[in-house]
Amino acid sequence: MKKIIELKNISKSYDGNKVLDNISLDIYDNEFLTLLGPSGCGKTTTLRLIGGFDQPDEGDVIFLGERINDVPPHKRHVNTVFQKYALFPHLNVFENVAFPLRVKKMPREEIEKKVNDMLDLVMLSGFARRRVSNLSGGQQQRVAIARALVNEPKVLLLDEPLGALDLKLRKDMQQELKKIQKATGITFIFVTHDQEEALSMSDTIVVMSEGRIQQIGTSVDVYNEPVNAFVADFIGESNILDGVMLEDLKVRFAGHTFTCVDKGFGRGEAVDVVIRPEDVDIVKESEGMLTGTVTSVTFMGVHYEVIVDIAGFKWMIQTTDFVDVDEKIGLYIEPDAIHIMKKSEYSGMFGDYSSFSNELDELSIPPEEEGDES
Amino acid sequence: MSKKSSLSTKLSLAPYSLWAALFIVVPLIFVAYYAFTDNSFNFTFDNISRFFTAKSKVEGAEVRTYLLIFWRSLKLAFISTVICLLLGYPLAYIMSRAKERSQKIMMILIMIPMWMNFLIRTYAWMTILQDTGILNSFLSAIGLRRIHIIGTESAVVIGMVYDYLPYMVLPIYSIMAKMDDKLIEAAKDLGCNSAGILRRVIIPLSLPGVLSGITMVLIPSVSTFYISQKLGNGKFFLIGDAIEGQFVANNLHFAAAISFILMIVLLAVMALMKRFTNNRVYGGGSTL
Repeated sequence: MKKIIELKNISKSYDGNKVLDNISLDIYDNEFLTLLGPSGCGKTTTLRLIGGFDQPDEGDVIFLGERINDVPPHKRHVNTVFQKYALFPHLNVFENVAFPLRVKKMPREEIEKKVNDMLDLVMLSGFARRRVSNLSGGQQQRVAIARALVNEPKVLLLDEPLGALDLKLRKDMQQELKKIQKATGITFIFVTHDQEEALSMSDTIVVMSEGRIQQIGTSVDVYNEPVNAFVADFIGESNILDGVMLEDLKVRFAGHTFTCVDKGFGRGEAVDVVIRPEDVDIVKESEGMLTGTVTSVTFMGVHYEVIVDIAGFKWMIQTTDFVDVDEKIGLYIEPDAIHIMKKSEYSGMFGDYSSFSNELDELSIPPEEEGDES
Repeated sequence: MSKKSSLSTKLSLAPYSLWAALFIVVPLIFVAYYAFTDNSFNFTFDNISRFFTAKSKVEGAEVRTYLLIFWRSLKLAFISTVICLLLGYPLAYIMSRAKERSQKIMMILIMIPMWMNFLIRTYAWMTILQDTGILNSFLSAIGLRRIHIIGTESAVVIGMVYDYLPYMVLPIYSIMAKMDDKLIEAAKDLGCNSAGILRRVIIPLSLPGVLSGITMVLIPSVSTFYISQKLGNGKFFLIGDAIEGQFVANNLHFAAAISFILMIVLLAVMALMKRFTNNRVYGGGSTL
């Protein structure tokens, strides 16, 4: 695969705050790449550097082998879909989409053809003469995409473009964006803090935190093989426990020795153990590898979200079987449900559900209490 | 909306409606009424036709007095408005792009002269522009030739530009300050250089501000009378001076007729401009 953009050792500060700390990233032709992370992780800054709206303090932005640090935005083969669309209010739908072509002084017939093709692509054919302020959020979004694509950029940057849409519309647009990306073959660089969105759309996910890249991988990679507690916690739900690697394929945590599928760690090495809530089976107390007391049960539609207190550590389990609060249950964990990670600066910060609430989780505030006991 | 709320809306608007009726609509009716009546309040077109036909001799040539005055007023007002726009637009743009603190300081600097009385400001310009005034003292001090400017049309234009510039800057500035930075970034992103951004985004979006700025400068400039008397040494009789003169001479009916004609002309100009900018701003099909 052809590298289209390379970021090399990029650092960037605003007013003395380091927003990006020595970032390196290769972006390939034709891929749908997502920069994922909580607000303030540097994902939007990364996008702005690629778009040319900011210059890196250190490091290089390379586009098809050429350094473009100082190339202004209007000379880059990159277009942006802005967070709040930034449509021109003085122009109608047609003229908004035609804008970059008129700047290029393209012949009138060609403009008309291209704009109409683009409006077809985003399913807005009948809206050409409408004023943009009379459109719904979803329609404005489509105009913004059409306007950014009409110039046939090599790369399309999307800065949280779905953030302002309601859930149903957002799901539809996710599908549609993916479809458009496949149809046009343009590299999409998508910024979001919504992990579900990232998982469902991306070929490659770049997980960022505090101005650094934590992990680069496919959706399946980052979900199943998170490199540290931050990634494990940020993407999906995770129970993260302190454990000790006894030997290859044997790990001890929560007072029990488990068989796992990981190897290559040192004997007796302290590790973080990740167990996804959906990978835990609830069994009778007598048959469980671990036993605990149910402290809360929340009905989520497809499943129940059960919080279980096991020797003081609160686990989250997702199950379709109903259990009752205060019930004693046993847990059974398959070897391949256990994922072992090396200790990192994020160890101990995430993965305990003692202070769990849905609301806090949505705000992506890490739990403040430290309660990792095993 | 329920009936109740629309009633309360009406009620809350009542004081304003009353005010508007008493002090805007009724006086306008009076102006029209006086314009079309003679001293004994019989209907007549005489006042209107006098405006178009009255003649007098200027430097030996016979001219139509009021048409000449009217033309001169429009010309000076137009020149002042254009200068205000040329000065005010870049100033408003610079202000809107400056740091918040600098914006406030510039705003205060523009507002301060407006706190001073209009007559005093005009007198100040007299002392500056006089043949022995500050400007000429300065010119001779740095070794340049003295210029004669007081009593010329230029002096009148300078006075009008000085007095009315804030009315041009403020509406344009308030529109530009509200403009979303992202629109400018979007224009850059879509291939515009600085000139393109100005031409394709900033200017079209600021047109409503320009329109109200022009309105707010053009109308008082056309009807001004004090500036022309003081800075023009009374040599440039403007339409405002004519109205004042007729009024002072107790020719209320003719004064009303001049005012009426002036009003119609200004309304026509404004309507024309509004039409022009509307087409530019929202012109859906204008380019195809």
